Amino acid sequence: MINFSNLVELISIAREKSLPIHEVVIAREMHISLRSREHIIKQMADSWMVMQESIERGLNNTEKSLSGLTGGDARRLRLYSSKAGAEAPYLGEAAILAAAAAVGVNEVNAVMGRIVACPTAGSCGIVPAALYAAKQRGASEEKLVLSLFTAAGIGMVIDQNASISGASGGCQAECGTAAAMAAGALVEIAGGGPEKVGEAVALSVKNLLGLVCDPVAGLVEVPCVKRNGFAVIEAMLAADMALSGIKSVIPVDEVIGAMDKIGRALPKSLRETSQGGLAVTPTARRIERELYGE
Amino acid sequence: MHGVFDIVGPVMIGPSSSHTAGAARLGLMARKILGERAVRAEINLHGSFAQTYRGHGTDKALIAGIMGMEPDDMRLREALELADKRGLSYDFRQVELQEAHPNTAVIYLVGETGRVARVRGASVGGGNILVTNIDGYEVELSGQYPALLTIHHDRPGVITRVTQILSRYEVNIAFMRVSRQSRGETAMMIMELDDEPATDVVEECGQVPDVELARAVPAV
Ligand code: SF4
Repeated sequence: MINFSNLVELISIAREKSLPIHEVVIAREMHISLRSREHIIKQMADSWMVMQESIERGLNNTEKSLSGLTGGDARRLRLYSSKAGAEAPYLGEAAILAAAAAVGVNEVNAVMGRIVACPTAGSCGIVPAALYAAKQRGASEEKLVLSLFTAAGIGMVIDQNASISGASGGCQAECGTAAAMAAGALVEIAGGGPEKVGEAVALSVKNLLGLVCDPVAGLVEVPCVKRNGFAVIEAMLAADMALSGIKSVIPVDEVIGAMDKIGRALPKSLRETSQGGLAVTPTARRIERELYGE
Repeated sequence: MHGVFDIVGPVMIGPSSSHTAGAARLGLMARKILGERAVRAEINLHGSFAQTYRGHGTDKALIAGIMGMEPDDMRLREALELADKRGLSYDFRQVELQEAHPNTAVIYLVGETGRVARVRGASVGGGNILVTNIDGYEVELSGQYPALLTIHHDRPGVITRVTQILSRYEVNIAFMRVSRQSRGETAMMIMELDDEPATDVVEECGQVPDVELARAVPAV
């Protein structure tokens, strides 16, 4: 049976068998789920449909969340993305649209819309937005769906060797993992081989190491919604760096090992308890009082 | 290691896998344990559930689940209005429980024929749940497997007779737990199975002497 417990193993199986990473991940999934390749790919294509619906809805969203803290920023960014000349966005239209998509999916999440947790609900905008950016420049549906298996493989390895939950590893575990998944998928879509996928993951994870989880009033909104926008840009840059031939000095599995240790070292107050960081700022306290009373 | 759809997935209604998707599954589980349509729900929320339930739509998700909706059902947002229309009355209370997981709900349901169920469970992360108490019996039920629940008199041989029926129908037991309130009284047995048990199997288990009740609790 095909199995892997870290990224080096995943990459070397892909190399030995001359397969892209997504095929290795699909083969393992067929084995553990006892389901056919078609069935598994169909389920992923359905998830991609839900992701795209959430992007469309998000880009046009004007609705505020239950708490009133978020809603409408994705649309703002989208409208801004097409400005030209001296008003043109610094990052260019494509990147700003990707950020808008990521923020939008998270806004949809906050208004109780339908999303695909990827790997979690708080980080659900990052991978879809990265794929949306690839689609805008012509990637085929098939390639996009298959790249989600590469993303999943990366997430599985991080889940196994570090964490994908904010409550145990801080936000590096949620948005950090999502960005790594997105970066790896983008490299594969652009034709980068398995090693470059690994480099993109290493580069991406390194940059978000130590990111804490300190949501205001305990809600998946501040800083989560806008952070999804930042994280997709970070993922795109990590993919571009890897594709340009840049290598991480620290090998990818060691980076994930560091992520695990950092997650464990984070105080509980910065792991989704809303007892530290942004959540205890005077403004956050005021918001909490307004929402929940004294 | 998990499968791909644990990482890219689940498809769910936001905003939180633990406070919304997990809450919907807890509600759904309570509904399946009740085994009929609920007309009344009294829900006690503890810990983070109690503090943040409105902002996370935990109340809507629980009620949606109690009405039989899955965590990705678009109607989840309107669950409270739907409950009014469907004749399900409900109350939420904030409570402090001893030694409970921070995302715990105690759900008391009354069904359309007057049946009642009291289910205590927690949303333990990523949309996963753990039911820890049913009608006063300590249990451990994750909802990941279809289950068979029995209430029986605590006498020698009852458990064997039930498991023999399952083995005759070639239903494999993945996990099993028996819990009783005190020796010689009634006990609850929960068997998590690899496959959904057919109605005949459940009925036959229900006819075993000393078994008061046998009910299938499908996976959620
Ligand atoms: S800050 Fe916490 S709740 Fe928000 S996305 Fe990050 S890990 Fe999730």
